[in-house]
Amino acid sequence: MLLKRKGAVRLYGHYLSINVRSAMQYKTSFFLTALGQFLVSFNVFLGIYFMFRRFQSVGGFTYSEVLLCFSVVLLEFSLAEMLARGFDLFPEMVRTGSFDQVLVRPRNEILQVLGSKFELTRIGRMLQAVVMFCYGVSQCGVEWNFLKITAVIFMLIGGCAVFSGLFLIHAALCFFTLEGLEFMNILTDGAREYGKYPVSIYGKKTLLVTTFLIPYALIQYYPLLYILDRDSSLFLVFVPLLAVWFLLPSYALWRFGVRHYQSSGS
Amino acid sequence: MHKYLSFFRLSFMQGLQYRTAALAGMVTQFAWGFLEIMVFQAFFQAEPGAFPMTISATASYIWMQQAFLALFATWMMDNGIFDAIARGNISYSLCRPIRIYNMWFSQSAAARVSRAVLRCFPILIVAAILPKPYGIAKPASAWHFGLFLITLILGLLVTVAFSMFVYVSTFFTLSPQGVRIVFTSMADFFAGAIIPLPFFPPKWQMVLELLPFASMQNVPLRIYSGSMTGAETERAVVLQIIWLAVLVLLGSGLCRAAEKKATIQGG
Repeated sequence: MLLKRKGAVRLYGHYLSINVRSAMQYKTSFFLTALGQFLVSFNVFLGIYFMFRRFQSVGGFTYSEVLLCFSVVLLEFSLAEMLARGFDLFPEMVRTGSFDQVLVRPRNEILQVLGSKFELTRIGRMLQAVVMFCYGVSQCGVEWNFLKITAVIFMLIGGCAVFSGLFLIHAALCFFTLEGLEFMNILTDGAREYGKYPVSIYGKKTLLVTTFLIPYALIQYYPLLYILDRDSSLFLVFVPLLAVWFLLPSYALWRFGVRHYQSSGS
Repeated sequence: MHKYLSFFRLSFMQGLQYRTAALAGMVTQFAWGFLEIMVFQAFFQAEPGAFPMTISATASYIWMQQAFLALFATWMMDNGIFDAIARGNISYSLCRPIRIYNMWFSQSAAARVSRAVLRCFPILIVAAILPKPYGIAKPASAWHFGLFLITLILGLLVTVAFSMFVYVSTFFTLSPQGVRIVFTSMADFFAGAIIPLPFFPPKWQMVLELLPFASMQNVPLRIYSGSMTGAETERAVVLQIIWLAVLVLLGSGLCRAAEKKATIQGG
């Protein structure tokens, strides 16, 4: 078991190195695209910045508090993206039939799909997320203590799990539709985009849906309440970890899809 | 002229074939529109006094923006053109008695119009039914509506003329990705796609309104929603025409220079 896992990590590393080397064949394009990714998410930050030049607060949250929220969500998303965006190209794999190749190899199919493509240019967004995170954490005026730092770390873990789960669902649905479903972008890119504000500003109903159906609120709103001293119940620190459960139904859907896969290509 | 109208018609008909994609895009744009309105609503509730437009005008702005996204989104570009340059298929077009610039211009305008035609009506209809401050309000007058249509077309042409620079730059860089993403993210922000220009601080707004980016979606959307009036409107329309002329002249000049130096990359 342990040996197998070690092999998997090595294989993953190997995939990574192949992808890095192939991206480095087009260096200018690589750096410009990375810069572009950086700028795109920088746009979102500027949007927030200029809105708060005009407004003092939104839904009871100030600029620095929103900034913390935005930067944590961005980092959660970027981490998941680095890890699981290989699923992005999955519709192509299903359509062309190259998923057949994956199935006949004696390795875990998720690992192979992940390894098929790393969007290295996302490093721009990752970098942006890290910079934003440092800025957000330093500007938010929170008095950090052990529990609050733990809450942030749990948020990152939970958030990474939720977004990875969504990427997995997106890919799993392709087994049935044979093409990527654009509306899934609402749940991933949309959540990153609009998750910049605490979900409570979208009203009670949205809060309810994002608590029980797709657990965005667990990785964003509730732990933030604790960090920003709005609510002192210790339970909120551990709430983000509950969101990890989201991976289970996602994985189940994927397994279901794999079992029902009918090859479509040649 | 006739040749380029044919190019326009062909690309337009081709674009109309992608109906499933249009449906999927529409669903996304509905969701985007709703979320966007909820955000502005939340800001409005926090501080109604600081809001530069009425909430109903903001909602109209957002729905029109979603309905006509395909006309103005600079990131929606024609991958066929990039491929033609990178793979060398452009050599066929170079042999023909046509101007590459004009051909691409009419093709990409047609692609945008066909996408918008497929998507806009359901969005407009639903947004018109929505209750008062959240839906699309009627235009202030027939005059406003006419002006909206004219500036909509001008805005489309400015957007296409702007994206032509990205296409032409591919002659020099071969891989469009980098230039494309830098140009489009800049354009998106300055055009008012992220937040409408009235939400910027006054000094910023003053400068931004002079840039070519403001001549894209900003003018028609704000004329429709009624947040731009009188002399402001006149100046905006004149600027649209000036920028269109400048961008087309520069773009076609650059394109001709690029054609002379073009290296065919196999084919």
